[in-house]
Order: sequence, then structure tokens, then C-alpha cells
Amino acid sequence: MIDNFWILLLFPLFGAAVNGLIGKKLPARLVGVLGSLTVFLSFAVAAISFVQLLGMSPAERAVTNHLFTWIQAGDFVAQCSFLFDPLSAVMILVVTGVGFLIHLYSIEYMRGEDGYYRFFAYMNLFIFMMSILVLADNYLLMFVGWEGVGLCSYLLIGYYFDTRVAGDAAKKAFIVNRIGDFGFLLGVFLIFQTFGSVSFHEVFTDVVQRFPAPEAGLGVLGAITLLLFLGATGKSAQIPLYVWLPDAMAGPTPVSALIHAATMVTAGVYMIARSAALYSRAPDTMAVVATIGVLTCLLAALIAITQKDIKKVLAYSTVSQLGYMFLAVGVGAFSAGIFHLYTHAFFKALLFLGSGSVILAVHHEQDMYKMGGLKKYLPVTWITMGAATLAIAGIPPFAGFFSKDEILWQALTSPHGQIIFWLIGTAVAALTAFYMARLMFLTFYGPERFELGHHGHGEQGHSGGHEGAKPVEPSWIIKFPLSVLGILSLVGGLVGLPAWLGPNYFEGFLEPSLEFAYRGPLTQEGQGHASEIGLTVLVVTLAIVAIWVAYRYFLADPTRAKQFAERHPALYQAFWNKFYVDEIYDAFIVHPIGRLSESFLWRGIDDGVIDAAVNGVASLFRNWSRRVRKMQTGYARAYASWILFGVVLIFVYYYIVS
Amino acid sequence: MVSTTHYLVLGAILFTIGVFGVIVRRNVITMFMCIELMLNAVNLTLLAFARMYGQIDGQVFVFFVMTVAAAEAAVGLALIVMLSRKTDSVDIDEADTMKW
Repeated sequence: MIDNFWILLLFPLFGAAVNGLIGKKLPARLVGVLGSLTVFLSFAVAAISFVQLLGMSPAERAVTNHLFTWIQAGDFVAQCSFLFDPLSAVMILVVTGVGFLIHLYSIEYMRGEDGYYRFFAYMNLFIFMMSILVLADNYLLMFVGWEGVGLCSYLLIGYYFDTRVAGDAAKKAFIVNRIGDFGFLLGVFLIFQTFGSVSFHEVFTDVVQRFPAPEAGLGVLGAITLLLFLGATGKSAQIPLYVWLPDAMAGPTPVSALIHAATMVTAGVYMIARSAALYSRAPDTMAVVATIGVLTCLLAALIAITQKDIKKVLAYSTVSQLGYMFLAVGVGAFSAGIFHLYTHAFFKALLFLGSGSVILAVHHEQDMYKMGGLKKYLPVTWITMGAATLAIAGIPPFAGFFSKDEILWQALTSPHGQIIFWLIGTAVAALTAFYMARLMFLTFYGPERFELGHHGHGEQGHSGGHEGAKPVEPSWIIKFPLSVLGILSLVGGLVGLPAWLGPNYFEGFLEPSLEFAYRGPLTQEGQGHASEIGLTVLVVTLAIVAIWVAYRYFLADPTRAKQFAERHPALYQAFWNKFYVDEIYDAFIVHPIGRLSESFLWRGIDDGVIDAAVNGVASLFRNWSRRVRKMQTGYARAYASWILFGVVLIFVYYYIVS
Repeated sequence: MVSTTHYLVLGAILFTIGVFGVIVRRNVITMFMCIELMLNAVNLTLLAFARMYGQIDGQVFVFFVMTVAAAEAAVGLALIVMLSRKTDSVDIDEADTMKW
């Protein structure tokens, strides 16, 4: 199977084509089953290939499927070929595995929505594009996937295109991503100019030869990596381009779970890990990546504390967790970043799917202050979301604990690490525990603040759709993905144990994919595990304290939180208004560009030059022909006279010349 | 002795008559005959040069011109018939609808 693993691309493409072209005429049940089944088949192929990969010796674990030569022009060659190595194996398993669960969930969640077939067509197209992104064996093909997932993201954010919010959010996501993609593309150009190839293997072997030591100062590697990183900040929602992700919550909840939590937004982390050979030789870029990561991590966590919309909290939480991943790759801990990507995919997808279940149960209410006490109505959702919350809060033995612990340890001890990274990372770990506990307490505990029966939503088919009834948990189609992801959130981290506890299989498995990365002089081992254990205990204690504080403020005595906000209005307003970043962007970028576009580009260039030139030529011809066309009288004899006149002229001319 | 110049002058006179006939007459049939006159004026000129140079090319050309003229006559007469059916006259100035 691994010799032809690329066929896993065909299933979602087929699903997208069928659902997109004739899905409107198919019965809804078939549309949903087809959409999910195709992704499951992809997952099956990926899983079989993965098992075969494990059967090989670690040094051989890189299988390339070459399909055809895609572009050939002079020296430039881009192959259409795909790479299955440990890194892409992890990614494709996450993409298709979590993707399948979310597709399954969507069968029920999206039931009765207009354009049901459209939803599945886009989702399948997304899986196809994301698979290209993670399996591509060169930068140009990766860029195809990179753009393709951006397109699907745009289409799915704008799924409810008849509402203004969704349309605006979709455009915002697309345009902000465009800024990043522009950097990515320039980075690819520069790679080709420098190394004469875009293939991963050729570039990396070349860079190993040409840069035996990391580049001093900001040279060509620094430029390449910074440009690629600009692409990553767009796709993976980091400062300064993170602003689109919270707005992207206008899309359906499964979309938030799949694209804006588990897979697409992690593409930047994957890209940097894939380019470890380049990044590890550009120390300045590494510092930038780590700094941006840790700042994003902190900023988003602070905003998440005050948000009232359950999906907004999770969106900022995603931005914050992505910040952790960038911190990890920025300090050179590429496998730790991918490890957090992998555990995060489970618990964050679960949190979103759980929130979707809650939103369904309370009839499309997203304000957490209008929920509460749902624990007894939604037991499965409560339990699984609880597991995900403990995972993201970093409570052992849940998955997030291991990955976050690894990142924090690396942030402190790696050659690129700094104490400030560790301090902020630890503070954010506590903040994470705090805002997630707040989310859980407001949603599932305390008094019931939701109102049922007043909502006149015309959506049929939802299992909680009867008026005035108690919230009802959806059927097994929704509970099954929640349960699987819940189990994965619990045990998923056990493959990457910290050094003092056992072997880190995950890091060992990824090792061959990172073979070209610059290692540097080996750091002295034997720092002893005591300090690592001590720091881990400290972080976990902080997280537990944060949960306890959240309990005191939001459950035991909810007025405390309100009083605290009233005592510190400036602080609260800054958090609540997301540090006014959107407003600042509006004032300093969007409006100036808008004014410049209208007064100069539109009125000046477009109307004044381009249209004026086109219209001027047209009116010139119109005015002249208005006079000249009188020559065409319709009288044959007049034409004969003109011919005679012409002949005479020619004779006169020749007479004069000769 | 009739020299080449005589033929050429006759050809030129015939051609000029044809040209002015086409321009000044409104009767389509007359115009048509004037066109034939011009063609034959040219034929005469070709023959004169053929005789002067003692070569056969000019005579061959004349055959071609006559063939083409025959074809042209067929088309032209058909047009005249159609015109007379449409306008009930053979006045060329009646057919002036193809204008600006």
C-alpha cells in the first residue's frame, strides 16, 4: 500500500466532485455517508501505509511516489510527487483521522441546513488539499495545498453566505491569508534562486553542504525563513496576522473544529518543522519565531479570559496553543512542536465538537452566560469536554500535559531557549487552565440560565428541536466522535513521555524527518531529572490553582468576577475588546488603504488614466467616423468615381516619381 | 502600317468611354456594357503588347480575361434581374440602401 499511498488523495477528491456536481439531487443521507466514507478510506490507506512504514528500518522511512513532472521550464523543474515519511505520516493520520470523525459528526450536526451537499463537497475538497499540503515533496506542490486549504477555509467560513457576518469573516480570512501567502511565495522563489531546486530533499542536502554552521547574521537563509514564516503567521494565525481566526468562527462548528483548530491552522508549524534544515541554520529567524509564538500565546490567552461566546474562547485558545507550537519550533524543538500539534488536534477538535453539541442543545445560543447547568442533560458531552479541558490545561496524564511539558522544558533548556520564554509559557499554562475552567463552569455547572422555546429558528431535524423541552443530547453520530476524541485526549500523549518517565517514542519516530536539521554542539546531558520534575510539578500546581481560582470566581461566587472587572475597568475593557487590535488595524491599515484606493487608484488611475484612455480612443474614432462615414452614400456610381479618383491619384504619383 | 501606338490609343479611348459610361449612366445594363467595354479595352492593349514583343503570354491572358468576363456576365446579369424584380427598374440609384 505504501508504494501507492498517493491514492488516498483520490477518495476525498472523488467525494468532493460527486457531492459538488450532483450532490443537490442526491438524498441527504447519501451525501453525508459518501462525504465521511471517502475520508475514512483515506484514513485507512494512511493507516496501512503507516504500519508499513513502521516495519521499515528508521533510516529507510521515506517513501516517494512520483506521479509526473508537473512543470519544466529551463532549469526549473517541479515534480508532482508525494513523500511519506514520519513527519508527513503523523500529519496525514491527524488530518484524515480527525477529519473522518468530524465528517461523521457533521452528518448529524449539519442535518437540515441549506446546502448540505455543498458543505460536504467543501469539506472533502479541504481534506484533499490538506493531504497535498502535508504529502508534497517540494515547496511548490506544498504551496498548491497551502492555497487550496485557504480557498476551502474561505468557502466554509462563508458557508452561511446570506449573513453579512459570515461573508465579511470569509473575506477577512482570505485577504489576511493572502498577505502571508505572498511571503510564502517569495520565500519559495528565493529558495529556487539560492538552491536551484524546490524539492525538499535537494534543498536540504544542498543546505547541509553549503551551511555546515548556522548562518551568522541575517543572510539569504534568514530571508528565506522569515518570508516562509510570514506565510506561517497568516495560515497559523500568529501575530500580526492572527485577526482572521476569531472571526472565522462565523462558519459552522465542525469547520471550526477541522480547519480552524485541528488541521489547517497547524500547517505553518508543519511547514517550519519540514524546513527544519533551513530554520535551524538561521538563528535570527528562530528568535523571531519563538518571540512571536510566545507573544501570541500570551495575548490570545489574555483575550480568551473575558470572551463570552463559547466559540470565541476556543478560537483564542487555538491561537494561544498555536503560539506554543511556534515557541517550540522557534527554540529548535521541532518534534515537540509537532507533538503539541498532534495532541492539540485531539483535544481542540473535541472542544469544538463538544461546544457544537452544547450549541445544538440550547438552540444555537453561543453566549456562555446563557448556558449553565448542562451537565445533567449532556453527560457524554460534559465528560468528553472535561477530558479535553484537563488535556489543554496540562493536567497529567492527559495528552496536553506531555506536549506542553516538553515545550516548556525545551523553551528553558534548548540552545535557543530563554528563561523569559519559559516564564511566559508557564504563565500562559496557568491562564489556559483558568479560561478553560471558566468555560466549563459557565457551560456545565451552576444555575440554568438558558431559555428554550423562545427561539424561532426554522431549523428542522435537530434532535433538540422541540419547543420548551429540556436540552437533549444528540444521537450516537455525535457522541461517537466525541468519545473517540475523548479517549485520544486521555491517552494520546503517552507516546511521548518526558525523559524522566520513559521513552519518547514520538520524538524517536520523527527523528529521520529532521535529520538535516542543524544539531549544534551537543548539550551536556545529565542535568539530572530533578530540575525537570520540579518544574513540571510547579506548572501542574499552577494549573490546578488556576482552576481553583476559576471555581471561586465563576462558580462559587459569580459576583466576584463581575466585581473584579468593575474594579479594573481599563484592564477588563482591554481584554474584552481584544486589545483593540482590530480597531488599530482598521485605523492604520484598512482605512488608509481604502482612502488611497478610492481617491488615487479608483478616481485617479482607474477613472483618470485607464478608463480615460479606453474611452478617449473610442470617442476619437466615433467623432472621426461620424464625418467620414458620409462617404458611403449607397450610390454605386459614386463608388466608381472614388475608384477612378484613386486610380488617377496613383498615376499622378508615379508620373511625379518617375 | 498600324503601329502599337495606334492600338494603345484605341484601347485608352475605349477604356475611358467605359469608365465615364459607368460613372455617368444610371441604367444598370448600360453600366454593365461599359464594364465589358473596359475589359475589352484591356484585352486590346494586351494583344498589342503581345504583338509588339512577339510573345504569346498576352494572348493567353486575353483568353483568361474573356473567361472571367463570361463568368462575371453570368453573375452580373443575375444581379440585374434581381434588382429589376425588387425595384421594378434598372436605375442603379434606386439601389442605395447600403449606406451609413
